[in-house]
Parts: sequence; structure tokens; C-alpha cells
Amino acid sequence: MLLQQLSLFLENKTGRLAEVTRVLSEKHINIAAFSIADTADFGILRMIVDQTDVALAALKQQGFAVHTTDVVGFVIPNQPGNLYQALQHLDSIAIEIEYLYAFAHNGDAAAVIKTNDNKLTATTLKEFGYHLLEAGEQLD
Amino acid sequence: MIWNEHAECMEREQLIKLQNERLQAMVSRLYYNVPFYRKKFQEQGIEANDIRSVDQLKYLPLTIKQDLRDNYPFGLFAVPQSEIVRLHASSGTTGKPTVGGYTRRDLETWSEVVARSLYAAGVDHNDVVHVSYGYGLFTGGLGLHQGAQKIGATVIPASGGNTKKQLQIMHDFGSTVLACTPSYALYLAETMKEIGMDPSELKLRRGIFGAEPWTEEMRKEIEQKLHLKALDIYGLTEIIGPGVAMECEHQNGLHVFEDHFLPEILDPQTLQPVPYGEVGELVFTTITKEGMPLLRYRTRDLTSMTIEKCTCGRTMARLHKFMGRTDDMLIIRGVNVFPSQVESVLLEMSETEPHYLLIVDRVNNLDILEILVEVNESFFSDEVRQLEALTHKIKANIESTLGISAKIKLVEPKTIERSEGKAKRVIDKRPH
Repeated sequence: MLLQQLSLFLENKTGRLAEVTRVLSEKHINIAAFSIADTADFGILRMIVDQTDVALAALKQQGFAVHTTDVVGFVIPNQPGNLYQALQHLDSIAIEIEYLYAFAHNGDAAAVIKTNDNKLTATTLKEFGYHLLEAGEQLD
Repeated sequence: MIWNEHAECMEREQLIKLQNERLQAMVSRLYYNVPFYRKKFQEQGIEANDIRSVDQLKYLPLTIKQDLRDNYPFGLFAVPQSEIVRLHASSGTTGKPTVGGYTRRDLETWSEVVARSLYAAGVDHNDVVHVSYGYGLFTGGLGLHQGAQKIGATVIPASGGNTKKQLQIMHDFGSTVLACTPSYALYLAETMKEIGMDPSELKLRRGIFGAEPWTEEMRKEIEQKLHLKALDIYGLTEIIGPGVAMECEHQNGLHVFEDHFLPEILDPQTLQPVPYGEVGELVFTTITKEGMPLLRYRTRDLTSMTIEKCTCGRTMARLHKFMGRTDDMLIIRGVNVFPSQVESVLLEMSETEPHYLLIVDRVNNLDILEILVEVNESFFSDEVRQLEALTHKIKANIESTLGISAKIKLVEPKTIERSEGKAKRVIDKRPH
């Protein structure tokens, strides 16, 4: 029900991001979704990839501070107001959102969300008829 | 003003005679009481009463900091421990501190040379001496304290830190003399500005600044900002502490109290004496010390020396302002910082690795400390606010341990250079 996200700690230094993508490209790993949270000194890179375990091992081997995080991925039909609706469902049961990022998915939008209760988030979204993205699912 | 005119203005001929006698007695003490030196003398074929004059100094073995570490803690003491009444130490990045042991008479000598130093700065019993050097194992605080007490001044043992309160005390108690490191003096000035206090509200007229090298530019800056005359005091724990040499009000070199400490300037490569006026490494022989007498101790400080009589009337040799010093202890904004303190903070926290790097810089004449800390892979979070909370936690712990604020920067694991020998914990970018 939950998706595995790769989370990386990156110093704000030139070339670090390029280095991550180089490692992934050498392992023929496809990045489905990608987001960076940045501060003045460091950034946190969050990614959904097609072969999480391979990517995790490769990045660790290159010395990156990386681990996997459980997140919820769901499809949002490509129409105005749909994200709002989804978030309203979560708000109604007092779910707190840590972060959210979105990407294109088969002509629709998909969102990756991390909340204070991922499981409840996933079941709630499912109940309201949202399609949850599963690990291993073709994500592009 | 001269505290001890007899000693400080002695004719050189008479001074050399005194030095000869004292050196001879000292070498004999070392020979009979300190196995480390006896071995060195025997290796060179020197007998206890072979040395009769300071001209023969150059034949005697040199002492280096490593010798002190090798004989840690009390191996170089020349008296039984029952004779030692005080211990001081200056810590180092490589672990073992440098120890200084004092007999009752050594403490008297120390008070004497600090008393001379204060008088040289124009300070007397009418003054209120505010000592912001750290009190403790560091020699700064107690050293200045004893000397100021000896001349009968009113002493305020403020120690380091708590800057705003210090200013309040200076204001309320009418401090006329400030004794601290030059960078702390600037920090005090900066804080005064911050809280809207004008230097004219204080009665400060003299500053006794030392424990770190400082430039003429820095002197001007401090004098202008604090409305006082800034004077340089020199010393080191190994020799006795502050008061080995001191500037007089003419600000024309630091007078070495040569009846107690024999100065030499050596070429750091050849270890041969250089002519007066030429820069070399300062080397001291303590000729009156009982607790831990040192023979030709290499200070690693670079300076030059003159024996021309000063306008103030003192005949003692003068050292020019120091060009540099490599020492383990960092002095940042007047506070002593040991890299090991940072290590202990990080080790106490489960979230961080004890891999760190201190970067000290001087921006607008103010010391800035930045600490790079490696995040622990297992703790690293995917949430910015948790990492920021971690940064704040480290910062708070560092501040409460060091007594000064630092910028904390989290870095990726294993990005701080590792070493198999001595770890490089500090990058000091401050100009010397």
C-alpha cells in the first residue's frame, strides 16, 4: 500500500546532484519522481525510482547518506479541484502533511505524500476511491 | 612607573652576572633533580658545574613541547610533589595537556612579574582591575589576579563569558583596567554597541591584552572602540604564565623579565642564535623556577629581540610584537576552546558522528567559529525541520559547553578528511 522513497542528504556543494544522477544512470535506474527540499546549507533529495533496492545499494556504496522512507503515492485525475478534494479528505480526519510533491503519470497527475500517519492516509484515500501507487508499478 | 627598579633597570653587566649565577644553580638543580635533563647532560658530557655563564647556553640541550608530553604529567618537576602548591595546564588537540607546577616561591615570582607588568602599563593600587581571562587551569585568570592583588589594585575576578553582565559590572564597579584577550576586548566593544552603551560611560583607561598574537591594527581598533591604551602581555604556561614579558606605556616592544627568564632567538632551522633584530624562534630558560624549571624551551613563537635601553628606563631586553604562534588551544572571542570539547559534545549526542572540523575565521575583526558536523546515516531524516532541530540542538549543546556561539553546518558522512595520525580538527583562517 505504501511506496518506498529514497531520501538523500546532500550538502549544498556544486556537483553533488549530478553525482547522484550519475550513479543512478550507471545502474540504469529510472527516476519517476523527484523533489528537493533545500535550506541554506543542505538539501534533502526525495526520489521514487523503479528499482529502489538497487539504487539504495549503489548510492550507499558511493558514500551518500541515503535511506528509504515510506510514503503514499496516489493518482489524481487531471481536472481542476481534484487535489483540493483529496487534501480535504485528509484534513477532515486531522492528518498533518509533512511534505507533498507531484509528477505526471499516464496523462494524469500523481502525488507523493508523507503525513504523520501514512497508513491512515493510504486507507482514507483508498476509501474515497483514489488509485494508490504500489511498489513495482510502472510509474511513468 | 616601575615596580622593581633595582631589577628592571639593572645595568647589563650586573644583570649578566646575576643571570650567570642563577643559570649555574639552575643547571645544577636540573642535573640532580630531573632525570630527563641529567640523561641529556650525560649524553653530551656536561657535568653539573660545567656551566658558569650564559655564553655557554648554546651548548645546552633544547627542550620541546613533546618532551613535556613524554614526561606528562609531573616528569619534569624538580621538586617533590609536596613542594608543589599549584598546578596549571594548557590543553592540546592531541590529548595530553601541558602542565605547569609551581612551588610557593614560583607563585611569588609569578606575582612579581605580573606586578611589574601592571606597573609597566601604568596600573597601580588606585586601579580597579577587571580580569576577563578565564580562571581555572588556564594561567590567564589567576596569573593576572595575583599580580593585580600584589600591587594592591582592586581586583574583579570576572573570568570569561557572560559579556553583557561583564559590561554592567565594569560600569557599576568603575573598572579602570581590562585584562583579557584582544579578541575578547573587541567582542566587548561590539556588545557595548549592541546594547547602546557608550565607552565614555566606562572608566577604562588601560587594557592588558595577551594570550594570542595581535596586530597593530587590532590595537588601534581596540583603543578607539574602548577608549583605553592597549598593551601587550606575553607568557606561556610552560614558562610561568602571563608576565614573562610585557609592553610598557611606550608601546615599543615587550620587556622580558630577564632576571627570571633568559630569552634567546634562534634560527628555527639551524637552531643557532640569530643577531639582535633578526626574526627567529623565541627560546626561554627559566633561571629561578623551582617547580618545573625548563632549559632552552622552544616556544614556537616567532619574533625578534633588542637589548637597547627603552625610553621608560628599563634595561631588559625587548621582544617585538609576535609574528605567529602554533598552539593547540584556540582562543576565540577571548574564550579558550579545545577541539576535544566539541568532540565530547558530539559524542554525548547519539545523532551525530564525532567527525567534525572547526573553522575559525575573523570577519570585521571578530572571530567566527563554524563547526562542520557529519550527520549519522541512521539518524538522518527526510524532513528538513528535523534536521534543523538537530542543528539547533547541537548548537545549543556546543554553546553551553564552549561558552561561545558557533555556526553549525551539517555535512555528508565521510566528507571530513580522516587521518591516521594526528587529526586535523581545526582550520584557522585568522590572519596572524
